[in-house]
Amino acid sequence: MEAKMKGAEAIIKTLCKQGTNVTFGFPGGAVIPLFDKYLDYSDKINNILVRHEQCAAHAAEGYARASGKVGVCIATSGPGATNLVTGIMDAYMDSVPLIAFGGQVPTGLIGNDAFQETDMMGITLPITKHNFQIRDPNEIESIITKAYKLALEGRPGPIYIDLPKDIQVKEITKNKNEVKIRGFSPTVEPNTAQISRAADMMMKAEMPLILAGGGVIASNASKELKQLAEFTGIPVVTTMMGKSCFDENHPLSLGTVGMHGRKIANYATLQTDLMIAIGCRFSDRITGNLESYLEFAKLIHIDIDPAEIGKNVKADLPVVGDARRTLSSLVVALRNKKWKEKKEWKENMTVLGKKCDKCIELKAGKKIFPKEIVTEVNKLLKKGDIITTGVGQHQMFAMHYLRMGSPRTFISSGGAGTMGFGLPAAIGAKVAKPNNNVFCFDGDGSFQMTIQELETIRSHNLKIVPIIFNNSFLGMVRQWLELFHDKRYSQVHLGNEIDFVKIAKAYHLDGITVERQSELPDAVKQSINADKTMVVDVKIEEESNVLPMLPPGGHLKEAFGVCMKSPGKFV
Amino acid sequence: MSEKKHIISMLVEDEPGVMTRISGMFARRGFNIDTITVGKTNKPGISKIVVTLIGDDSTLEQVEKQINKLVDVTKVSEMGSGIIRELCLIKIKTPNKKVKDELFDYAKVYKAKFVDVDHRSMTLEIIGVPEKIESFIEMVKAHGIIDISRTGVTAMSRGIINN
Repeated sequence: MEAKMKGAEAIIKTLCKQGTNVTFGFPGGAVIPLFDKYLDYSDKINNILVRHEQCAAHAAEGYARASGKVGVCIATSGPGATNLVTGIMDAYMDSVPLIAFGGQVPTGLIGNDAFQETDMMGITLPITKHNFQIRDPNEIESIITKAYKLALEGRPGPIYIDLPKDIQVKEITKNKNEVKIRGFSPTVEPNTAQISRAADMMMKAEMPLILAGGGVIASNASKELKQLAEFTGIPVVTTMMGKSCFDENHPLSLGTVGMHGRKIANYATLQTDLMIAIGCRFSDRITGNLESYLEFAKLIHIDIDPAEIGKNVKADLPVVGDARRTLSSLVVALRNKKWKEKKEWKENMTVLGKKCDKCIELKAGKKIFPKEIVTEVNKLLKKGDIITTGVGQHQMFAMHYLRMGSPRTFISSGGAGTMGFGLPAAIGAKVAKPNNNVFCFDGDGSFQMTIQELETIRSHNLKIVPIIFNNSFLGMVRQWLELFHDKRYSQVHLGNEIDFVKIAKAYHLDGITVERQSELPDAVKQSINADKTMVVDVKIEEESNVLPMLPPGGHLKEAFGVCMKSPGKFV
Repeated sequence: MSEKKHIISMLVEDEPGVMTRISGMFARRGFNIDTITVGKTNKPGISKIVVTLIGDDSTLEQVEKQINKLVDVTKVSEMGSGIIRELCLIKIKTPNKKVKDELFDYAKVYKAKFVDVDHRSMTLEIIGVPEKIESFIEMVKAHGIIDISRTGVTAMSRGIINN
């Protein structure tokens, strides 16, 4: 950075140097100098002006998850910055590389409770991988460079940077180039002895199963996972965060596990004698009751974050390392040891996997069942098409029934379960992949939490395909009340069938209402082929449930509901 | 698994907010800090924090791993058999000569030092492992303790092997 340059310019220049050409943000007093510089650098960097700061963070997440690059969002001090918090927390839970900038009052006023001052360092402390407050303009380049490194390397995660206003207008006098971080050196290369032990355990196992989590996507290890699965013939199940990391049309794919996972995936988890888990953290939505989870199976747990190994489920063999490198070394080790396929197990699982698809029962009803929307979109998906979701029943239907073929195409709020995530995430994903179709599956409840982003979509001419599962209910909570609370429906009826087509039109976008199954395929196609975003408002059966469902904290074998009629000994 | 006391020593960047990051992580994850001490080291820009906590072995493992994830922490080690010390200041009522004499005797046994004296009280400084301090407090309790200040544990490994 040259001397005489001001802080704001140094920030923009460093972002560009790190390869960022788009940010998601909303201005305010404390970041006026920063946004001013966008006018001078419009050929290098562009800001997507959102309509609420929370959506800046979610859009940056969508961008990061679709592209694999760092997503950057910006908000002003005080309420602007606190509005980012939900998105930062979401990124923290789902290990998304995100850099969030928040404006701050001038350094001289920090601690005085000045206008729009808030302790964002304190607020973001437990929800970031690390955070920085820039107190000296000479540190701008070094801190932002460190932030990129921290966000991306090892287990990815969000970084918050506090930007006092005076720092943005002060001149750089002596740029500091220090970018070394003493306390940060993730173990990327797995230990060879551990790899060899893992291979031995796999040789000895009779019914091995691969559980792939979000870490496989984060480390771009899909190719290596496919190699391992195909070489060994070991079936693959994924977590929701891992969805799309392994082609779900592949015969070895058994789909997603957990509370609303496919029965075959949970069944395989119950049957296996050796689970090879990669880049997942065994959340309660995956395991159900921890004591009975993998009760009779051994576990090889591969993760770049050693703290995840043994945190929830005890591992028989920990392997710390990057998923991509670990998987490729594992293939080599197994080849050297003359791997023999576990034929019977593989065949059993693949046959049951197919059966699981075929015996889905649908009750006859007047209205459309959510599953029908998902299977319809499944037919229309082209390679690389992306689906984002909100949070709730529609999300679980999407997770359960969608068959995603390539990584980074299923973008959903996992650990945080943030309603309203879908629309802004779709904006980010579309900005990252302008040539792919981006669908946003949303519920009527979830959609209304960030609905103002329709204007962001219009003003930036983004073309996405929002499909609303409209049942006038807060569907997932209603389902819980029906199943676990004697149908005492408290605060779940959203009432009055909102007309999302009219809302879309108010934002100068298009919309189409679907009330019959027969209208569905055409409506979705129409939205895909439209010039501008067309909201597909699908009126669905009000009280349909997401099944199967594992009751919270229950034993995996308790997963109830339709999907597969007693395959094998599984009841 | 059985719970016991663990002492964890860590080297950290000497930056604002480091103590908050560490104590915040403990609180958030439900680990109970027994004592925490911090001070500068011989290396510029590096401080040492020593934490004692009670927990089983798996708690200790998680604590170490979680501390290691903090970017400002450069090194973490468990001090199983190191040199462990704590300093305690203790102010005791001394209504008569008999009590004073007794305190002199105890102080000799415990190698405690008198650091302040007035007509009605005496303040002693005692250094040692926490158990020694606790036993001293137990001895003088009957005389009426006015105030106690304990630093918490600090620790260092023995010899140069572990450095």
